[in-house]
Amino acid sequence: MNARRRQRLILVVLLLVGVGGAMTLALSALRQNINLFHTPTEVRAGSVPDGGVFRIGGMVVDGSVRRDSDGGAADLSVTFDLTDTESTVQVAYDGILPDLFREGQGVVALGQMRGGVFVARQVLAKHDETYMPPEVSAALEAAGAAANSK
Amino acid sequence: MIPELGQFALIVALATAILQATLPLYGAFANIPAWVALAKPAARAQLLLVAVAFACLTHAFVVDDFSVEYVAHHSNSHLPLLFRIAGVWGGHEGSLLLWSLILALWSGAVSRYARRLPDVVVARVLAVMAMISVGFLLFMLLTSNPFERLLPPPPEGRDLNPLLQDIGLVIHPPMLYAGYVGFSVAFAFAVAALLGGRLDAAWARWSRPWTNIAWMFLTIGIVLGSWWAYYELGWGGWWFWDPVENASFMPWLAGTALIHSLAATEKRGAFKAWTVLLAVLAFSLSLLGTFLVRSGVLTSVHAFATDPARGLFILIFLGIVIGGSLALYAWRAPSVISRARFHPLSRETALLINNVLLAILCFVVLIGTLYPLILDVLGGGKISVGAPYFNILFAAIGAPLALALGVGALLRWKRDTGAHLPGKLALPVLFSVVAGLLLPLLMPHYSWNAAFGLALGCWVVLTALTALAQGSGRRFSLRAPRSTQGMVLAHIGVGVFIIGVTYTNAYSIESDVRMAVGETHTVAGYRFTFNGVENHPGANYEALRGEFAITRSGRQLTKLYPEKRTYLVQKNPMTEAAIDAGFTRDLYVALGEPLQGDAVWSVRIHYKPFVRWIWLGALLMALGGLVAATDRRYQRNPAAGVSRRDASSPNSPAPAPKPKPKPSTAAATP
Repeated sequence: MNARRRQRLILVVLLLVGVGGAMTLALSALRQNINLFHTPTEVRAGSVPDGGVFRIGGMVVDGSVRRDSDGGAADLSVTFDLTDTESTVQVAYDGILPDLFREGQGVVALGQMRGGVFVARQVLAKHDETYMPPEVSAALEAAGAAANSK
Repeated sequence: MIPELGQFALIVALATAILQATLPLYGAFANIPAWVALAKPAARAQLLLVAVAFACLTHAFVVDDFSVEYVAHHSNSHLPLLFRIAGVWGGHEGSLLLWSLILALWSGAVSRYARRLPDVVVARVLAVMAMISVGFLLFMLLTSNPFERLLPPPPEGRDLNPLLQDIGLVIHPPMLYAGYVGFSVAFAFAVAALLGGRLDAAWARWSRPWTNIAWMFLTIGIVLGSWWAYYELGWGGWWFWDPVENASFMPWLAGTALIHSLAATEKRGAFKAWTVLLAVLAFSLSLLGTFLVRSGVLTSVHAFATDPARGLFILIFLGIVIGGSLALYAWRAPSVISRARFHPLSRETALLINNVLLAILCFVVLIGTLYPLILDVLGGGKISVGAPYFNILFAAIGAPLALALGVGALLRWKRDTGAHLPGKLALPVLFSVVAGLLLPLLMPHYSWNAAFGLALGCWVVLTALTALAQGSGRRFSLRAPRSTQGMVLAHIGVGVFIIGVTYTNAYSIESDVRMAVGETHTVAGYRFTFNGVENHPGANYEALRGEFAITRSGRQLTKLYPEKRTYLVQKNPMTEAAIDAGFTRDLYVALGEPLQGDAVWSVRIHYKPFVRWIWLGALLMALGGLVAATDRRYQRNPAAGVSRRDASSPNSPAPAPKPKPKPSTAAATP
C-alpha cells in the first residue's frame, strides 16, 4: 500500500467513523426527546407510566378555568379541566396562556402527571378559530366511538 | 371578466410551458436549431402570461371582488391596501401562483442573462424549468384554482388571518419563495448537464452565481420568518424547530453544502457527482418543503383525506421530480466520476468535511421533521420531537463545523504543507480563547456555554479576516477577488450568528408576571413600570394598549406600548409585543390577559441580550452570497480559462493541471 492510498484510507475511515458517530448520536437524541401523545381516557385508565413527560389533548371544560387570585404578585398559576368527552383530567399551569386559549376550545399541553394532576410546562392552542389540533379531534373521535359501542 | 382573463392566461401559460418543456429538449437532442431557439421566447411568453394572471388576482383583491372565492376567504373591504395586495399570497391558491410567478421570473432571468452560454445548454435548462412549471400550473388549475367564482358573491370577505396582517407577510414569502424556486436553476443546470453528458468546470461556473443568489434569497427569507415569529407570535423566541420552519431550513442546509461543493467542482473538478446530487437534493427539499407546508400534511396527516386530489397530486409530482432526477442521476452520474486528486491536508478535504457535516445536519432535521408523520401514517401513535433533540445535535455537529471552517478557508487547493498555518492561526487561537474566557465575566453570571460560543464565534471571524489578508496577496488589503470577499463576509456572519445564539440562550431572562397598574418589575437592571391600558382602535381591529415606562438606574430610557388586538371580522385576539431593540440587547414586553378587569394583567417581560446578532449574522451571510456572485470570473466568457489573477493567488497555486482541457486560456487576463 503506497502512501497516497494509505492517506486516502485514513480519510475514508475517519469519515465513516464521523458519520457513524453522528448518526448514533442523532438516533439516541431522537429517542430521548420523543414526546408521546395520550388522551385523558388513556391517562385515567392508568395506561400512562408515571413521571414521564408526554402531551395530552382535549377540550377545555366550560367553567373549569380557575386562577388562584390570592397568590403572590408574581403568581400566574391556573388550573383547568381537559376532556375527551369520556374522561377528564385536571391540568395545572403557571404562566401566560396562549391567545386562543378559551373554554370549549381544543388545546394540547406538554408536561407530566403529579398526584393525579397534569402539570403542564407548555400549553398550545393554534392561531385559527376553527382549528382543532389533529390529536384532539382524533381523541374525541376515539372516545365517541368507544361510547357508541357500549 | 378580469378573473376569467387571469384563468385564461394561466391556461395559455400551461400550454406555453408544455411547449417549452418538450420542443427545445428534443431540438437539443436531434440537433434542430430552430426548436432549440424556441426556449428563450417561450420562457419570456410564459413569464408575461403568469404575470398577467398574477396581476388579475391582485386586481380582484384591490377592488374587493368577493365573487372570487379566494378573495372572499382571504380579504375584507376594511383590510388596509398593503395587506390586500400581500393577501394575494396569504392563502394556499395564491401562494402557488406566487411560486409560479417567481419560477417564471427565474426562467426569464436565465433567458436574459445566460446569453454567453451555448444555446443548447440554455435550451435544456429552460426546458427542465418549464417541466417544473407545468407541474405547478397543472396543480393550480386542477386542484387549487385561485380564480374560482363564488356565486352568489358574499357582501363581505372573511378577512385575512390577523396573524398575517403584518409587514412580515409582505416581504417574507416572496423572499423565501425566491430562494426555494431559485434552487430550480441549479437543479435545471445539473439535470441539463446530465442530459448533455458534459459536467465540467464551465458547468460549475455557470451554476455558481445562480446558486449563490438563490441561497441569498432563501437566507433572507428565513431570517425574516424568524424575526416575524419573534415579534408577532408573542413568545419572544426566534426559532421553534416547528415543522414549517424546518421545511425551509432543510433546503438551506443542502444549498449551503451545494455552494461549497460547487467551489471544489469549479476550481478543481472534484466531487462532481456529489455536487450534481446536492443540486438535485436542494431543489427536491425545496419542493418537499413547499408541499409539506401547502398540503396541510403538517397540521394533520388527515388533510389528505379532506382533499384527496391535492394530496395525490402532490405525491405524484414529488415522485416524478425526485424519482425522475435521481433515476437520471443513477444512469448518467457514473460517467462523470471526477479524477481530481487531493492531499488529505487541502482545501478539498476541508470542503469535504463541510459537506459531510452539513449533510448530517440536514438529515437530522429531516428525521426530526418527518419521523412523527411517518409513524402516524403507519399507525405507530402520535408523537412529537422536542426542541432539545435539534439543539443538542446542532451544538454537537455545528461546533466541529465552525472549527473546521476556520482552518479550511486558509488551506490551499490540492495540497497544503501546513507550514504556514501555525503562524496564521496563533493569533486567532490566542485571541478567541482569551476573549471567550474573559468576556462572559462582564455578564451577570458566568456561563461556560457563552464562553465556548464566544470563543468559537471569534475564531470564525478572525480566521475569516486572516483568509481575506491571504486572498489579497502578501499584505493585508481589501483587494481580494469578490468571491473571496464574499466568503469572508459570509464566514464573519457565521461567527456573529454563533455569538448571538449562545449569548441569547445563556443570558436571556424571560419572566411572566402578574402586574397591577402602577406596579414595577425589574429584569436585568431594567425597571418596568406598568402605567395601565387604554383603548387604541386600528383600521380593522379594536385594541387595548398598555403603557410601560422603562428606567435604568433612575434614568428614563423609553416607553413601550404592547397591544392586545381583537380583529373585527375573525374575532381573534392577537398579541402585539412591543420591543425596544438594541445592538447588545432587546427589551420585550407583551400583554398576557386581564386578570381583574383592566387593573391587573399577566405580562410577559423578556430581556434578550445580543438577539439582533442572530439576524445580523444571517444577513451578513446573505450579503456574502451576493458579493461572491458578482465575481468578475462569472461575467467573462465561460469558454475562457482561469485568469492570471486567480492562478497566482495563494488559494490556487501554480497553473494546476486542469481536470479537462479547456478550449482556450487566452483572453482571460484583466
